[in-house]
Amino acid sequence: MTRFARYPELDAFDLASQACLDAFADGGVGIHDMDVLAAGSLFQPPGFGQRLQKQIGQTGIPVYNVTNACATGATAIRVAYMSIKAGEAQMGLAVGVEQMGKMGLLAGKSRSERKVFEPTGRYEAVTSIDGILGTETMPGVFAQAGTGYAYENEGVGFEQFAKVAYKNHLHSTLNPLAQYQKEFSLEQIMGSPVQSYPNTTLMCCPTGDGAAAVVLVSEERLRSLPAEAQQRAVKISASVLTSDPWVESGQVQPDVNTLTRSAAAQAYEAAGVGPEDLDLVELHDCFATAELIHYDNLGLCEPGGAGDFIDSGAPFRDGRLPVNVSGGLISKGHPIGATGVANVYEVATHLRGEAGDRQIEGARVGLAHVIGLGSACGIHILEKAAV
Amino acid sequence: MSDETSASQVPIVGYLQLGDDPHLRASECTDCGARYFDRRNACANCGGTGFSQVRVAGAGVLKAYSVVHNAAPGIPVPFVSAIVETEDGTSVRSNVVGLDDPMSAELGMRVQFTTYVCGTDDDGTECVAYGYASA
Repeated sequence: MTRFARYPELDAFDLASQACLDAFADGGVGIHDMDVLAAGSLFQPPGFGQRLQKQIGQTGIPVYNVTNACATGATAIRVAYMSIKAGEAQMGLAVGVEQMGKMGLLAGKSRSERKVFEPTGRYEAVTSIDGILGTETMPGVFAQAGTGYAYENEGVGFEQFAKVAYKNHLHSTLNPLAQYQKEFSLEQIMGSPVQSYPNTTLMCCPTGDGAAAVVLVSEERLRSLPAEAQQRAVKISASVLTSDPWVESGQVQPDVNTLTRSAAAQAYEAAGVGPEDLDLVELHDCFATAELIHYDNLGLCEPGGAGDFIDSGAPFRDGRLPVNVSGGLISKGHPIGATGVANVYEVATHLRGEAGDRQIEGARVGLAHVIGLGSACGIHILEKAAV
Repeated sequence: MSDETSASQVPIVGYLQLGDDPHLRASECTDCGARYFDRRNACANCGGTGFSQVRVAGAGVLKAYSVVHNAAPGIPVPFVSAIVETEDGTSVRSNVVGLDDPMSAELGMRVQFTTYVCGTDDDGTECVAYGYASA
């Protein structure tokens, strides 16, 4: 993967090409070994994957252009995974990329100057409702997800959410691929400008640029590769994608919980492991409030115990179950299409023992989770040593 | 819109009913009771295609909120964005209105439906919005 940063001098093809070529070099393979390409990006125009081929090799293989909100990268991996699972491919390439620059808030419309109230759409709204009938901004929507959890459960407040951001900023200081690598005190985090309370600026992920790519290979094809490649390969024990099932409140507030719980249950079942077996987790901390509720959704803590979990220090890198040792979206960055691939890259790097200063020693099993509003949730469980 | 409504006022959304007794109106699935504020082709819960129009209760509880300080240009901040659960179990999105200090919003606080004029268009038509005030 590329470092997540801002690259105004490059385009998305530069970033994606770099990630793909690095992935090939890492696996000792090339474009001619690939039977399928899944290219994920939320903001690139249709046909992005084919245009990427012009940079890394046009071999006539099927290309799937993937967009699935913040689960785009994980979905790209799953497309390549399914092709191999279906027996149509032996080896495939999944890449995720985004070039966002400084996009700022990603949702919410300003109200125009000239106005005439005329009903439009399925709600027959006569004007933008953002700021009048609640919020459409991401920091606000996820703040509500967090306060909704706080309403249902004890021991969750501003400080618990802030501790999540403290942890992830701290973790990022060890990750040279992170967009930001700076430690902040809890006081600095709680005192930074409020975006949408309880999310302050330092509790929100930045926008940015970056790409990540992975090569997927069938077990049969892997056995034909050199011994070193076989040893460094990690096993995908579970690949799961869910969407949001109907819940009563879902029409007024995106439900990020039910589909994550469902995906986690399916992933644990498929992999034959439980949360107690995990050595590290990379989860979708787009905002500090989001990470906290996913402790519970992924079964990392006791039901209702996400506040105690962060207070106990469990998700810190020296704790019982390290979460987002990469720095997470909050500090590593969140170039949307790349995120779900980068999470898998991070977990795989630890399972290989190649994570350098941030290595979680002896890591054998890890989980990567992403969620996008709309909604889509992708979970991959990886295990050390594929063969 | 009911006949009593002034011709110079329109509701911000179609499910807000104005007139002497303003309230929210939901489409309720005749099979499973799921409620929707927008036009639906079939019920997202059970697949049923029959809907009846029902009145949503005005009293409720604040189940989730955020005090929004950063929004798109032209949107006054801060405001208290809210998810309210009404007495009849319907989730509604809106703002908590009428608080002197936005940070005084509290989870679990009892709130009551209210309406107010939120803007006027270039033809002089007033837009009426709804919100929830501390009860």
